[in-house]
Amino acid sequence: MSVQSSVEVHTEWGIVSARQAGRNLAKEIGFGSVDQARVTTAISELARNIYLYAEKGEIIIETIEQYHSSGAKKGIKITAKDRGPGIKNIREVMEDGFTTSGGLGAGLPGVKRLMDDFDIDSVVGEGTVITAVKWLR
Amino acid sequence: MRIPILKLQQYLLISVQVDLDDQTALQFQEDLLNKIHQEGSAGVVIDLTSVEMIDSFIAKVLGDVVEMSNLMGARVVMTGIQPAVAITLIDMGIILDDVPTALDLEQGLEKLQQELEE
Repeated sequence: MSVQSSVEVHTEWGIVSARQAGRNLAKEIGFGSVDQARVTTAISELARNIYLYAEKGEIIIETIEQYHSSGAKKGIKITAKDRGPGIKNIREVMEDGFTTSGGLGAGLPGVKRLMDDFDIDSVVGEGTVITAVKWLR
Repeated sequence: MRIPILKLQQYLLISVQVDLDDQTALQFQEDLLNKIHQEGSAGVVIDLTSVEMIDSFIAKVLGDVVEMSNLMGARVVMTGIQPAVAITLIDMGIILDDVPTALDLEQGLEKLQQELEE
């Protein structure tokens, strides 16, 4: 059975709560301190994007399992969902240093590098869903 | 929440004991600059031993406060960055250029002394 928690992000405190929920679950599954930091940081970036660009949205954090011939592997999956303005040019936001907020422009490309799997689904005017997975090694 | 800033002779010492949220980080930036101004401090050590996560926003706030302090004439050294935090920052492609660092508070103070003697 998968453990799931969902955190609403519409204030800065939502960013902190999402981060904490992610760290707790990562610890529970058995991630080491470095991967815990990676997962927590990725959640922080995704939650901040929701707060900055969509004003409100949701971070869902869950455990997932994948079965192979060689056995099963476990991981943590982060889904960041919002009904904000959407992303016009996904290639642009995935470039290092691209920013519209005056930040470092490390957010989304950073999340992609911190996690193992990464996917963006965005429709302009409707919203954005970003999923990112870290597998337990 | 406010991060306490301690004065030790001509230095200011800060030990960040929590994972920073945005507001606390920005408040800290302002508090530190005001304190440097009030006390006429020559150097600052920011110890990050207890910080388990630095994301791009917090990294920017910390990098900025170092530059702002330099503008005012105070040197800043950051100490105690945890392995997981260092790895995550580099993974993210965040490079804190021109930020002097040291392993711990003691070495941080030594480094400050050296920098100020130069």
